[in-house]
Amino acid sequence: MAEVKVSKKACSVNPLKMSQPIGGALAFMGLRGAMPLLHGSQGCTSFGLVLFVRHFKEAIPLQTTAMSEVATVLGGFDNVEQAILNINNRTKPEIIGICSTGVTETKGDDVEGYIKMVRAKHPELDRLPIVYVSTPDFKDAFQDGWAKTVARMVELLVDTPAEGAAKDPNRLNVLPGCHLTPGDLDELRTIIEDFGLAATFLPDIAGSLDGHIPDDFTPTTIGGVGLEEVAAMGQAGWTIAIGAQMRRAAEAMEQKTGSPFKLFERLCGLEANDALIVFLSQISGRPVPNKYRRQRGQLVDAMLDGHFHIGGRRLAIGAEPDLLGDLGGMLHEMGAHMCAAVTTTQSPVLEHLPADDVLIGDLEDLETLARERCCDLLVTHSHGRQMAARLGIPFFRAGLPIFDRIGSGHQLSIGYRGTRDLIFKIANLLMADHDENHEPTPETWRDGIGREGAGHGDGSSATAH
Amino acid sequence: MSSLSATIQDVFNEPGCGKNANKSEAERKKGCTKQLQPGGAAGGCAFDGAKIALQPLTDVAHLVHGPIACEGNSWDNRGAKSSGSQIWRTGFTTDINETDVVFGGEKRLFKSIREIIEKYDPPAVFVYQTCVPAMIGDDIDAVCKAAREKFGKPVIPVNAPGFVGPKNLGNKLAGEALLQHVIGTEEPEYTTPYDINIIGEYNLSGELWQIKPLLDELGIRILACISGDGRYKDVASSHRAKAAMMVCSKAMINVARKMEERYGIPFFEGSFYGIQDTSDALREISQLLVERGADPELLDRTEALISREEARAWAAIEPFKPRFKGKKVLLITGGVKSWSVLAALQEAGLELVGTSVKKSTKEDKERIKELMGQDAHMIEDMTPREMYKMLKDAKADIMLSGGRSQFVALKAAMPWLDINQERHHAYMGYAGMVKLLKEIEKALYNPVWKQVRKPAPWESEEETWQAKALAEAAAEEAALAANPVLAEQRRRDTAICRCKSVSAGAIEDAISAFDLKTVDEVREHTQASGGCTACIEKVEDILASMNRADPALSVAAE
Repeated sequence: MAEVKVSKKACSVNPLKMSQPIGGALAFMGLRGAMPLLHGSQGCTSFGLVLFVRHFKEAIPLQTTAMSEVATVLGGFDNVEQAILNINNRTKPEIIGICSTGVTETKGDDVEGYIKMVRAKHPELDRLPIVYVSTPDFKDAFQDGWAKTVARMVELLVDTPAEGAAKDPNRLNVLPGCHLTPGDLDELRTIIEDFGLAATFLPDIAGSLDGHIPDDFTPTTIGGVGLEEVAAMGQAGWTIAIGAQMRRAAEAMEQKTGSPFKLFERLCGLEANDALIVFLSQISGRPVPNKYRRQRGQLVDAMLDGHFHIGGRRLAIGAEPDLLGDLGGMLHEMGAHMCAAVTTTQSPVLEHLPADDVLIGDLEDLETLARERCCDLLVTHSHGRQMAARLGIPFFRAGLPIFDRIGSGHQLSIGYRGTRDLIFKIANLLMADHDENHEPTPETWRDGIGREGAGHGDGSSATAH
Repeated sequence: MSSLSATIQDVFNEPGCGKNANKSEAERKKGCTKQLQPGGAAGGCAFDGAKIALQPLTDVAHLVHGPIACEGNSWDNRGAKSSGSQIWRTGFTTDINETDVVFGGEKRLFKSIREIIEKYDPPAVFVYQTCVPAMIGDDIDAVCKAAREKFGKPVIPVNAPGFVGPKNLGNKLAGEALLQHVIGTEEPEYTTPYDINIIGEYNLSGELWQIKPLLDELGIRILACISGDGRYKDVASSHRAKAAMMVCSKAMINVARKMEERYGIPFFEGSFYGIQDTSDALREISQLLVERGADPELLDRTEALISREEARAWAAIEPFKPRFKGKKVLLITGGVKSWSVLAALQEAGLELVGTSVKKSTKEDKERIKELMGQDAHMIEDMTPREMYKMLKDAKADIMLSGGRSQFVALKAAMPWLDINQERHHAYMGYAGMVKLLKEIEKALYNPVWKQVRKPAPWESEEETWQAKALAEAAAEEAALAANPVLAEQRRRDTAICRCKSVSAGAIEDAISAFDLKTVDEVREHTQASGGCTACIEKVEDILASMNRADPALSVAAE
């Protein structure tokens, strides 16, 4: 049980957190033919755009209502109207997803009202779905923006099945949290399909941000889940939600369609995947395929091989709540101690973390804690690179953004196989660090027990991987 | 806000800006800010621009007063390099919450400044205003003043909230903050007759260090670089320089001009991109220093260094010539500010092609300028399919463009090199030019292109998206050829001015309705060419063709 603390500083230093609206925008990017639109000044969009481009190394569809100072004061109706019309004319989207920002929330723009007025004035937009989500920058974090947006999509885009309509037991809805990569989604899809089930992911960034070369290029998203598929999600027998952040969307789905849901807080680690596989076997009525029996064995073996290196490690981890719970939980199960944990926003997973405390704070907090508590493994997004160099401890990049390595869209952490490979990667990083920085010398034991007892490593030499 | 709008008016009235001087009084009042188009805009805000311009100051704490989006989504994302302090890469933000929005964020801002000074003790704190605190009326000037008095340290307000305009306005507002609060507030430890300022250079990828050894060798001291690898104290005492070079971008022209006005520091606009421009810039620096009292023997030493370095550079370029023979470079950029880069590419044997090269007999330099000027914005709207078609039509072997088109170009399986600011390589000076050619060679001859262009074994040549794209483009062209009405409509719909989204048809209609004769008149009526001005030539062409056609039309009407 962890005590949840909130940083008391006035000034956030080296932010871990990113803003809600771009979390919402990323969720919209999991819809086919979508154009996400931030209602704010053009910087709100361009910072988000650059962030995603640097992470995914892909062209990113993201537009702005380009609010000027005057428009902000007078209200943004004209800008919202013009933006919708321009996007509709220029990019022919299947859907426009609008997220508000700090600028327009401070003024209090009634965007739902604006959309109604725009629709009344422009009947040509009748067939264009427009989904609006309120996501002020000065509240909550990236993960919350994603979660709210997916819940809103469920409310507005999923059809309620006709009364008495039969459910299709072979169909399964998946509501993934924003901590899953396109690679994770593809892995999960494969697992589900191997049980003879057909999965609909909402949202599905594997279809749009996996880097594939599309047959037909569009300025909107080049893939993702189609609106007709989303509308039909009510026919599925079950919904699974991945990550506690998705509870709200899962409840909305249950309410809207009557299909029950099961929430998986984690999909990284042995027990987490056992739960998934058992569930899929039960709802499909099929035995667990041989492939997964073998993969489970491989994971167990990886855990045995890896525990020598990960066991006893003092982990400093900075991540949004669901990713923190998932990766931190797996490393804890491998024998690491979660000594320093920093996150971005409130979540029910925090108090269950296997740590004494978890802080809602920034990377300066994590650096201070890591130093005080002699941590010797850092896990956070790419912005941890400066502190890793200062602390001189091995650094594993996880989360978003990862801008100084390639392939972040395909980094796997779920499933037996994904967990297995992740253990290998982290253990190898630790082994390389040991070889480079912690080889014994004639001086290592000069002080006898004193130094050896002080914990892992001397932390004096700098490495960042 | 009133003082901010006065500052904005002031930077719009920049007499040092050639573009501005050519505008009418009414146009000038509107400023250089292009009207942003909702749903069709790209690029950063004024705050982004201000931060880009100042963040390369390496020993300063840059504190962003605003919600998490402004700093949290963007920190430590620039390629500037520091030879010393790393505090500029630390992300400081007040990360204001709902309570601050209701009750004001000034207290949090003041406390934040205190925390930074207590923990990090930088020589100065720069405070960046953003939209939300500007809206709720947080007075950052007052907070910075109070903090300055309380902590005895420079605390500099940078008043450029995002919604006042685009990035380039933010660059200039950042310059105003330096002029108002920093430059001239301290004295250098000593001065020499060889002290210069370099203004508007950010040391991206460490480019400044491709030039600095040359200046070192000549005994020329960079008193302050504003702002690449800069130190607060250097900039604060930069008013004692003897001369200044403004690196060609217009980003900080206000700083160069006002320093000339206030402190009598003459400046020139120059560039370190390309061999010829580098030599010219070195010559001009020496010339200005000699005019301000440096020993004239500097000129001889400069010439000696130039001829030695040029000879080395050309010798290094020689081996590329056989490799580049017959290779075509498609150039799409507004970003390469120096024609001499392109001259060097040609010298190395590359052929430059544009997207719609006109048959022109103008001298080479003019032709390259033309290549650079055209269609700088076009690429932003392009789909990979259109780009693929364009590459095919141009028969290009490699494309040089800005970062924004990177993924589109690569998806079209096209060798591509970034030549705008976001690039990772340093291309300045003689060494940088050779580096650029090496990069081009690496891209051109990489065997990966053969691999990635191969269709999957289960796919026939006709089924690839490339083949489909060309077929669709051909079908579209055929359809237009068969339907003159549609073709005419398409022609009229073609955007001429992309900044202001003005179509050919709208310009033609205005010309005939109001009997317009000049580009200025067209701009008054349609706004066309009122943005980046790259389309002036196209507007001139339309005017010329319409005015030629007019008599015929009137005859026909009779």
